[in-house]
Amino acid sequence: MSQVDPVRTTDNGGHAIFRTPVATRLHLDPPLLAALLLTMLGGLAVLYSASGGSMDTVIRQAIRFGGGLLVMLVLAQLPPRTFRFWAPLVYGVGLVLLALVILVGTEAKGAQRWLSLPGIGRFQPAELMKLAVPAMVAWFFSDRTLPPSKRNVLGSLVLIFLPTVLIAMQPDLGTALLIAAAGLVVLFMAGLSWRLIGLAVLVLVVAAPLMYFFVLHDYQRTRVDTFLNPEADPRGAGWNIIQSKTAIGSGGIGGKGWQDGTQSRLDFLPESHTDFILAVLGEEFGLIGFLLLLAVYLVIIGRGFFISWQAQETFSRLLAAALTMTFFIYVFVNVGMVSGLLPVVGVPLPLVSYGGTSIVTLLASFGMLMSIHTHRRFINF
Amino acid sequence: MRQPLTLKDHHHEHRLFSLRLLVAVALVLVLSLVLVGRMAWLQIAQHSRFTTLSDNNRVLTQAMSPPRGLITDRNGEILAVNRPDFTLELAVEQSADLNDTLNRIRQLIPLTDDDLERFERRRTSARRPWEPIPLRGRLTEEEIARIAVHQHELPGARVTASPVRYYPHSHLFSHVLGYVNRLSAEDLDNMTLAEQRNYSGTHYYGRTGVERYYEHRLHGQVGYRQVETNARGRILRVLEEQPPVPGDDLRLSLDLKVQQAAYDALGERRGAVVAIDPRDGSVLAFVSRPGFDPNLFVTGISHKDYARYQQDHDHPLFNRALQGRYPPGSTVKPMLGLAGLDAGVTSWERTIHDPGYFSLEGNPHRYRDWKRWGHGQVDMEKAVVQSCDTYFYDMGFRLGIDRMHDFMVGFSIGEATGIDLLNESEGNMPSREWKRAARNAPWFHGDTINTSIGQGFMLTTPLQLAVATAILANDGHQVVPTLAADETHPPLRPDITLKDPRDWERMKHAMEAVVHSNRGTGRVMAKDARYHMGAKSGTAQVFSVGQEETYNEEELAERMLDHALIVSFAPVENPAIAVAVMVENGRHGGSVAGPVARQVMDAWLLDEDGNLNIPEPLARPPIQNALPTQASTTAQATRTAAP
Repeated sequence: MSQVDPVRTTDNGGHAIFRTPVATRLHLDPPLLAALLLTMLGGLAVLYSASGGSMDTVIRQAIRFGGGLLVMLVLAQLPPRTFRFWAPLVYGVGLVLLALVILVGTEAKGAQRWLSLPGIGRFQPAELMKLAVPAMVAWFFSDRTLPPSKRNVLGSLVLIFLPTVLIAMQPDLGTALLIAAAGLVVLFMAGLSWRLIGLAVLVLVVAAPLMYFFVLHDYQRTRVDTFLNPEADPRGAGWNIIQSKTAIGSGGIGGKGWQDGTQSRLDFLPESHTDFILAVLGEEFGLIGFLLLLAVYLVIIGRGFFISWQAQETFSRLLAAALTMTFFIYVFVNVGMVSGLLPVVGVPLPLVSYGGTSIVTLLASFGMLMSIHTHRRFINF
Repeated sequence: MRQPLTLKDHHHEHRLFSLRLLVAVALVLVLSLVLVGRMAWLQIAQHSRFTTLSDNNRVLTQAMSPPRGLITDRNGEILAVNRPDFTLELAVEQSADLNDTLNRIRQLIPLTDDDLERFERRRTSARRPWEPIPLRGRLTEEEIARIAVHQHELPGARVTASPVRYYPHSHLFSHVLGYVNRLSAEDLDNMTLAEQRNYSGTHYYGRTGVERYYEHRLHGQVGYRQVETNARGRILRVLEEQPPVPGDDLRLSLDLKVQQAAYDALGERRGAVVAIDPRDGSVLAFVSRPGFDPNLFVTGISHKDYARYQQDHDHPLFNRALQGRYPPGSTVKPMLGLAGLDAGVTSWERTIHDPGYFSLEGNPHRYRDWKRWGHGQVDMEKAVVQSCDTYFYDMGFRLGIDRMHDFMVGFSIGEATGIDLLNESEGNMPSREWKRAARNAPWFHGDTINTSIGQGFMLTTPLQLAVATAILANDGHQVVPTLAADETHPPLRPDITLKDPRDWERMKHAMEAVVHSNRGTGRVMAKDARYHMGAKSGTAQVFSVGQEETYNEEELAERMLDHALIVSFAPVENPAIAVAVMVENGRHGGSVAGPVARQVMDAWLLDEDGNLNIPEPLARPPIQNALPTQASTTAQATRTAAP
């Protein structure tokens, strides 16, 4: 067994080594990269309109994209075994930081989510856990027999819900659920028995109403109420969702045209350049615009699943599938909430919504996917 | 701690993983289809609904109220005009802390409880968000300046100018012009849909007087403007505009000079003056004193001001000229005399002896003359000139109430005059039917005798007396008092025709003698006159004063005095003005009311140099068949007695 790059292997069949593509040498995956860049470019165009023609906003977003791409590039260079090696440590540090957030975190908008580090500034440990949790669960299963025994299922559940509970206490239920989902996807991919899946669904159905009455904060309950009946308070809590549905619906099939969306341009649509940017897309580019975006997203997701299918070890496989599925969950939850299918939780539309560390986290996860794909070992017979 | 050594079956694991991957892909595809379905439902199935919602968000249709027509007197003097009123408005959504903002405003300009109450009511009622709510109107220039200086501390506050009705002559025309005030929900409820649409941008509505009666002409047609606004209600551009059609300017037959003369002549006394040009029905003066300031009512009268008017013993809000019912007393003797002549129960030659009283055969009751010792031998002319009661007792008794009633109604006594004002009082011309219905009692001879000197049950308004005098001056030709200079309203009754038309002339000369002969009761008013006039004075007994009011003794004594009345016309040969004057508790018709009437006639008939210069009558259009469309429904209702 020798570790050889795939393209270089074929080079033995007559091609010159200096012809090796740049993408390969940089451990990038061209189809994935192309789809990501396409999404980001389209996202910048929508953002320009959604921010009311603010080039400033677009440039700041582009800089963030650049930073994210850099992180992606760096992570792609590292072989997957590095992620596997570091997973327990990062996860452990992440847990400590989450605990610190609750103890000494910075408060903003009624929730403690940030940790102020002298010299570095504020950052959200929860973002780190979006990657650390699936990596940790994948690490947990990497050496164990699959499908997992009940004992191992229990162990993985502890790994998942420890950070989930800490994040929910901040309180940031949206992120907590997303991180739990990322971990649970790993469990699912690892072969969790269907009986247990069915049981979990049953428990969820029973627990949901109880959660609503005994666990949720008032503002979270309001969000659920608003989701169930936005017309109850059309000028208050229901305003966002009514206006975003109006924006999308009035866009029709072809849309009102770039920068011609009245809902966002005349400020009827709040959060139009962050979480609700899909409403701008829907209004200005219509159903066609949405289908194009969804198509590119599905290319990314398809490529991610392909990478996980091609991956050679359990850890890589599980991690790749989990990161890909998490990406889809972001898309689904955001589109669902903006179009009124789901309650409003603060989930941005990946690579389109303005701002935040989420872009860096997202591109970092794609860096890991590329690493998994470009560091495969091939057996020469 | 590690599980017992089991070899990982890589092949089996990969198969298991691939299967799960397949499930995941299927899940992604199914959920993606759900999203596509949702978006398609919103963007295709619900597209038109959301397009409407989106347009409703952004497009605001603003009704533009038409400028209200001006009101002028016959010479173009402005009587009612629109002036910009500066109002402080507050967009409450822009104010983070409403109470704080209100307190700050309070430190800058005075706010009454009324202001705050009205503001609160409008804030909590249904309205478009971001729409500014008026907080206080009638800002002075100093207040506007103070707000401007502190503007930055008052988020959402702004001063806007809007046209508001203004009556430059204030009290002078208050009872005839009336006033506009805020359009109420009740007003809108009483309108047809088309009218409601026409009033969608209007804030004011004619409440009383000419403003009410000619609301349909003064208002105009609403205009519309479609504007695009942003979420904060700021207008970004105008999409479409249909300008309003301004209301008609209304020229009245009133004459400022005559009105002013009547108003000044009454002075501080309570009373009423109505002057009519018998040639064309023009109302030259229409005064009721005390008046009130109509400008106080326009933007909403304060509780304090209203209470002041309500509690005033002089009842300044009461329109004496239109609605005050007074016994006409001797002022109706010329008309009654004509009734007797026409019926043949008396003649110009017939004389009676007046011992100072009249009594019925076989009845000891004496109906007294105002002159205790009597007038001696009296004929018709002397009876009019000296206002002999006994002559009219005798004549009236022989004429009978039925003929008296039917004849007097022709002069609009007991019936509406048809003036273009609402809620005109019809007074009362008693009859057998009336007494049976109203009092449930039979008619007695004594009733007839009282009626024949304008007392008893007979009640007239000052307006009715002026109209009756105008008809007499017109030789029985009907006069419809009309305030609008450009309208001709059809008469409500046929002209009065006499068997001997010369009786008109003779009666007018008898009335001339009332003022121009030495013995006449009204001789004070003809002093140094440049023209000849006819008149008849009268006094009306006061039966009671308001029950619920408390007067001191002196005041009470004053308020029990007779009302002074006079009717007059001039010039005798070709009458161009008929005037009725009533002075409450004035005691003497000839000497108190007479000079008032004289002032009014002078103002109309003489030029600045004091020379006789009779103005031409108005060129009114030929009679219109239909009454004015809008006000007429209500107007008709008050004219139930009209034939």
